[in-house]
Amino acid sequence: MTQIAMPQPDPLILAKRERIIAGLQERVPAQWVITEEDERRPYETDALTAYRRLPLAVVLPGSTEEVAAILSFLSRERVKIIPRGAGTSLSGGALPQEDAVVVGVGRLNKVLDVDFANRTARVQSGITNLAVTTHISPDGFFYAPDPSSQLACTIAGNIAMNSGGAHCLKYGVTTNNILGVRMVLLDGTIVDFGGETFDQPGYDWLSLIIGSEGQFGIVTEATLRILRAAEGARPCLLGFDKVEDAGACVAAIIASGIIPVAIEYMDQTAIRICEDFAHAGYPLDVAAMLIVEVEGADAEIDVLLTHIEKVAREHGARIVKVSKSEAESAAIWKGRKSAFGATGRIADYLCMDGTIPTGQLPYVLNRIGEIVAHHRLRVANVFHAGDGNLHPLILFNANDDDELERAEQAGNEILELCVEVGGCLTGEHGVGIEKRDLMEKQFTSVDLDQQIRVKLLFDPDWLLNPAKVFPLNLHPLPLGRAA
Amino acid sequence: MSVSSLAPQNSLEVASIVRDAAARRQAIEIIGGGSKRALGRPTDAAITVDVSGLSGVTLYEPAELVVSARAGTPLQHVTDLLAQQGQMLPFEPADYRPLLASTGEPTIGGMVATNLSGPRRLHVGACRDAIIGCKFVNGRGEEIVSGGRVMKNVTGYDIGRAMAGAYGTLGVLTEITFKVLPRAHATLTLVYEGLSCDRAVALMSAAVASPFEVTAAAHIAEGNHARTCLRLEGFDASITYRAGRLIEDLAEYGQPQRLDTAPSQVLWREIGEARSIIGPADHVVWRLQLPPSRSAALVNSLRAMMDVSVLYDWAGGLVWLSHAAGDDMTAVRTAAKAGGGHATLIRAGEALRRRVAPFEPQATAVEKLARGLKQAFDPAGILNPGRMYAGI
Repeated sequence: MTQIAMPQPDPLILAKRERIIAGLQERVPAQWVITEEDERRPYETDALTAYRRLPLAVVLPGSTEEVAAILSFLSRERVKIIPRGAGTSLSGGALPQEDAVVVGVGRLNKVLDVDFANRTARVQSGITNLAVTTHISPDGFFYAPDPSSQLACTIAGNIAMNSGGAHCLKYGVTTNNILGVRMVLLDGTIVDFGGETFDQPGYDWLSLIIGSEGQFGIVTEATLRILRAAEGARPCLLGFDKVEDAGACVAAIIASGIIPVAIEYMDQTAIRICEDFAHAGYPLDVAAMLIVEVEGADAEIDVLLTHIEKVAREHGARIVKVSKSEAESAAIWKGRKSAFGATGRIADYLCMDGTIPTGQLPYVLNRIGEIVAHHRLRVANVFHAGDGNLHPLILFNANDDDELERAEQAGNEILELCVEVGGCLTGEHGVGIEKRDLMEKQFTSVDLDQQIRVKLLFDPDWLLNPAKVFPLNLHPLPLGRAA
Repeated sequence: MSVSSLAPQNSLEVASIVRDAAARRQAIEIIGGGSKRALGRPTDAAITVDVSGLSGVTLYEPAELVVSARAGTPLQHVTDLLAQQGQMLPFEPADYRPLLASTGEPTIGGMVATNLSGPRRLHVGACRDAIIGCKFVNGRGEEIVSGGRVMKNVTGYDIGRAMAGAYGTLGVLTEITFKVLPRAHATLTLVYEGLSCDRAVALMSAAVASPFEVTAAAHIAEGNHARTCLRLEGFDASITYRAGRLIEDLAEYGQPQRLDTAPSQVLWREIGEARSIIGPADHVVWRLQLPPSRSAALVNSLRAMMDVSVLYDWAGGLVWLSHAAGDDMTAVRTAAKAGGGHATLIRAGEALRRRVAPFEPQATAVEKLARGLKQAFDPAGILNPGRMYAGI
């Protein structure tokens, strides 16, 4: 029995299913309205696969105008809407429900315009994150946010969740790399926010929209800030016998005035799982390992890595291994980026995503070990150490309901721990359904009401991606909490 | 109408003042040091709330690159504290007192409320990009927390970041937490002389599209000879290498002079403060944002109509422009809009700021949402009413 409750489907909506489908078919070509059960099945879940709900229908619009027609129709009919990119959310951000229509943006996948002189790219939102960089890399440019799922995940999903990645220590997350969006409001109005300039006039709508988890509207186009890639980049591996030393080393590198493009941490369990999969030459006999990557020309990289090696040795690094070739670098990153996939080969897992002040690292890692052991489970720790974004992978067997429940319980305790030490519930995956019921651990009801009031401006009837982000008892604003 | 002035010492007192004012529907003007009070539309308020009593750094963890300060903390205090640890606010906030001919101590709250960023904005983002957490009092007199003190945080909507650039119309800022960066070990500026605006913008565009990490690019069009400035920051070995490659790749623009760390710091401070276009006090000053490649053509078209002084920053993405107050006030905004950008009237007399909207007028759908957003934060409409747009 899983713990996260979903609302009961609305019988009035289920009763008019045929009419809703007919309405959709009037607005987009019938082939893009998916109604058969076996064809709806792939849309019943996202990457939080423990939760599944078969949607009433799925519609795949081919233009902003079609999205507008669909939203206008569905909102008039009071039908709930689940915006969907590639369905890679780890927090259940794209989980449908039985009385809702999934609106997928996957067909909106074109690059519209690249302007190298102004370093911008205008794309349709259903394009994958990696396809953007692939498109501009022949000219030496890239799009900075790089979630592990970048091969599959869409810019639309990145915007919804304000996604990060391994390289945001230097380049920031999605909200720092978007200049403008075209968004369809619930009533079908098409609105451009921001544009091609650095800042936007008036209120900072992009701050609000990016990270709103699909609850404000559906973004169909975005103007991305693109960057010229450095001449080169090279990672090094640092192996430590003590977890505490690895944590102290991260702080020391940063305090010494260097911002590497990435500092990734893996514990022994994660190292073994990933090495087994990627054969990256990871040291198997250390308690913790850091992957530190720096950029620049060869000579610059040498200077930086020499400095980092010195700091690392001073902080108890027993193994220092600098990548000697493109192939070695690729293998090092392959190991890290496949951490989730490789773990999935040996067990089911829940991927946590809390962020903590990095000074709390040793304490939090010890506590995570205790929490997971208490629930008789195992954990592999991988995370973005430079910014304190943890990804403990709690290993369990999904065929065992009791183990799932214990894993979820352990996960909740870990996230509460993150909040307790001054951090937050989610660093880059989003709240979705997964962290929804923990929101009151981080925020007061007054804080949440203020967020909800912003939501109600866009969606007064809770039709857009419902049952996510806020505890169910908070919506709608009850009496006495009048909007 | 007599204006009463209140000076709360903590956020609880701010909340209580706002609650009382909301109950009486009395407008509040929020001020810190007052140095940027002449930005935006004049606010007619019955109460002035001076938040400079909410002062002090509440958290600073150099190894975590994070600093928190109460809204009334002098900006100088924070930058000094960071400098002691070899760190800085990334977006290079500037002192606009020379430009605005104002006095008073610039505060952290005023910096965030106006979201004005200096030259390094080109490379590392704006003030709003550095905000990782925010505490404020909304128009209901409720203390709200958004974000936190960690670098990556997507827990709930990012309403704290949206306080940046809202000019106090959505909430009274009480404490803000920023991501900070290490200061560079050394700085080198390459200065190209005598380029036309078109050539200067082309040079800056080529420089920032290079892999050599130019952290600022500006073109000072005024004075005896135009100067186009590219800034490199980092370790000595690194900037020497990058400078060599840039000079080689940009040889068609001539041989630049080199300014090392100390004169570079002076130069970029002056660029950030827009010193070269301050001009006579009766000249108005605009801040235009444009797709960089279109800025020179826009300036050329305005020059054909009137006498303007111009400074390009952010590789042309930001244009500071001043002209005599008697000139056509619609020309600049019309040109900016046609160029895919927008214009903010940053300095003008009070009467002019009542007559000419200081901020770029918004599309109808956006304006409607803006009214709704104001309502969501400040239902009584008492916080700095009209400071950005009439009725908001």
